[in-house]
Amino acid sequence: MGRLFAIEIIYRGIYQKTLAGRISRAIVLAAHQEGKPGISFGRYGDSPERNGIPAKNFAIVGTDQETLEQGMAKYEPKEVDITIAVDDTLCKGVESWAWYGLQPVNRLLKPGGTLIVTSRETPEAIIAMAHRKEVPYQLSIVKGTPSFSGLWVYKDDHTDVRILGTIARLLPDLFSLKSVQKVIKEEWKDDLKATSAAKAFDRASSITVNPNQGNPETPYKFDLPKWHEMGEGIAIPSIAHGITMADPLTQQSGGFQPKRNPTFKKFTTRTMRPVVNFDTCIKCTLCWLQCPDSCFDVTPEGLYDANMEACCGCGVCEAVCPVKECVTMVNEAEFSDNSSQWESWRKDKAGYQTWLLDKIKDKSERSHGFRYKGQYEEQVPEMLEIAREG
Amino acid sequence: MAQMVAPLEEQERQTEKTALITGSEAIAVACKLADVDVITAYPIRPYDTVMQYVCKLVSNGEMDCEYIVAEGEHSQFEIVKHASACGARVFCGSSGVGWMYAMEALTVTPALRIPMVVMVGNRALDDPGAFGVEHNDALAVRDLGWQLVWVDSAQEALDTALIAYRVAEDRRIFLPCAISCDGAFLTHSQALVKIPEQSKVDAFLPRYNRGDLLLHPDNPITVAPQGNEDWVMEIRRQNYAAMERATDVLKEAYADFERIFGRSYGNPFFEEYQTEDADIVLMGMGTLSTPVKVAIREMRKAGKKVGFVRMRWFRPFAAEELAKSLSRFKAVGVIDRDYSFGSPYMSGVLANEVRSALYAAPGKKPPVLGFISGLGGREVTLPDVQRVTECVYRAAEGKSELLTRWIGLRE
Repeated sequence: MGRLFAIEIIYRGIYQKTLAGRISRAIVLAAHQEGKPGISFGRYGDSPERNGIPAKNFAIVGTDQETLEQGMAKYEPKEVDITIAVDDTLCKGVESWAWYGLQPVNRLLKPGGTLIVTSRETPEAIIAMAHRKEVPYQLSIVKGTPSFSGLWVYKDDHTDVRILGTIARLLPDLFSLKSVQKVIKEEWKDDLKATSAAKAFDRASSITVNPNQGNPETPYKFDLPKWHEMGEGIAIPSIAHGITMADPLTQQSGGFQPKRNPTFKKFTTRTMRPVVNFDTCIKCTLCWLQCPDSCFDVTPEGLYDANMEACCGCGVCEAVCPVKECVTMVNEAEFSDNSSQWESWRKDKAGYQTWLLDKIKDKSERSHGFRYKGQYEEQVPEMLEIAREG
Repeated sequence: MAQMVAPLEEQERQTEKTALITGSEAIAVACKLADVDVITAYPIRPYDTVMQYVCKLVSNGEMDCEYIVAEGEHSQFEIVKHASACGARVFCGSSGVGWMYAMEALTVTPALRIPMVVMVGNRALDDPGAFGVEHNDALAVRDLGWQLVWVDSAQEALDTALIAYRVAEDRRIFLPCAISCDGAFLTHSQALVKIPEQSKVDAFLPRYNRGDLLLHPDNPITVAPQGNEDWVMEIRRQNYAAMERATDVLKEAYADFERIFGRSYGNPFFEEYQTEDADIVLMGMGTLSTPVKVAIREMRKAGKKVGFVRMRWFRPFAAEELAKSLSRFKAVGVIDRDYSFGSPYMSGVLANEVRSALYAAPGKKPPVLGFISGLGGREVTLPDVQRVTECVYRAAEGKSELLTRWIGLRE
């Protein structure tokens, strides 16, 4: 039996579908340059993808056909040499349509395998987001803004080739820089992209993440019922109506917190989250009305608290809020938990204002796709600059 | 609504307890006796005879139900599916390509555990456009969780409809049931039928209780969500269990039917005719029983010990019981009023089901010959049955015989 290589690409559904597909295709083609057979596929269970929902692509390569078939005999790889997260907030965990519960980003990594993340964060920030793993693994950061575009528009910011160059450096047994450059030129007919791959190859490095490093939380799990434990007729009981909320100071109850789906939380869809200024809120109800995920809890005093176990980070609340900077979308990487903003505001209003200003002061642009005409033209040169200069 | 007086001719042909009615009319009478709540209709021959009779009962004020004429069969079956989910006892039906047009609705009905009772007026599938009987229409749903039964008389149609409601709506089952009536031979010919008393029907057939699956604001549930591969096998396994239970629930229903109405069908799953001393048996479903039985009586006068086994319930299929019964004979000839092109030995559907039932059974396995006959409503003649019998006898004597033969074909 020869050697089997498996690589997964975790991406944001739709926004990065083309990006993930290009990376996994090029991995297989580059390995094939060196005589190794391989396959590239997107996980069927992730489809139909929804905006931002974590999804996966896989590339499997064997040193020979029989070894490859060994890898193909599984629905998807149970362990991988490299996990690529093309958006750093995926490091908080992955809950897709394809399974139940929260999967740590590094779950499938073999001992000593490498997590490659596209990010402008520090390694410490990435390590803090990812769940602890029982065995050491490597972390490699490809510096860059997460590349979001869409199904129909592809943002050619060289994220694809920079990741490919990094793989050539970190896993040379899979393919060499020379092989992947050849594929890049054949597939995309762009010498500049081949140069970007070489620059990423030169810069690539990784650090070891030990078992005592990372998010200590146990990811939530859900046990699937046996066939005779399930209700019949494909009928599922509705989610209970909801409960009142208790004020953390006065213990007075009021307002309304809807009950939510206990088996599919979907908050790992989020790449940014709303930060709410409760002192300027005029209680107009618009955020609560317009939220597509009913994520706002109504507090006893009639304020609206975006529940971080339910928020998908779409930004509709920010768009509809009539008060300046009352709702501000902030990069998800800035936060380390899902606690209630309203509760911390109730406990310490002055402290909350300091926290809020700190969060919203450096409002880095982070959006899925393009919010305005001309954004592509602005963003791509900026990201190419990073590709050139590092 | 003012009570309308039945036309004179109808009064004349009705006695107190016996009526001269078609198989379709018998089903309509069963709907009335079962006090069905919602009936949907869309015309296609020969099923449309039922809808006409139901319509007449409703307009005469004899029957109280929602009677909805849909704009096509797909909607026709969807409407009753939803009504049943909301707790209504429902009736529906179709024929041939009309039934096929409803196919999407037909596939989801057993999956959602909807105890819909329908009548299929068996009709050849297009093309060519033909009105006559073939069984391929109803058989198209044979793998999906539908209970399927073939009847051969108007009396059996009425009785079976009552039994169908009782079994389909049993909480242990909650699966739809299609009653197949051969086009023309049953749907369009009038026979004398005993009409059961309402009080007996009420004693036999409890009200439909949707229970925990009732779609109602007081019982908020979501029905038919999207599910990925983590759920589908378990859902299918539940339907498998329900169909598995149907065998016993059917037996209970037939026993109760006999107790309450005083009319017995013997073995619920298949009828045996002159099999006690038979050397060989013929098999089939539906109204071809009449020419076969008559031919058997004639052949017996000539000393040929031939019997007949008429499959009544095709789903669930009483494989073990059937195999045990068939092991008594030297050979079996199955007359299919259907086709299954490209199937094993190119036989009809029933012939292959019978072979499959025998294969895994302990005991003697008689050879099974398949005969395709009576397609498109063509008459199965007495000489046809005699030809079939001769082939089966040759197989019984160990002679090599074609496993599939077309009978009654111009050749």
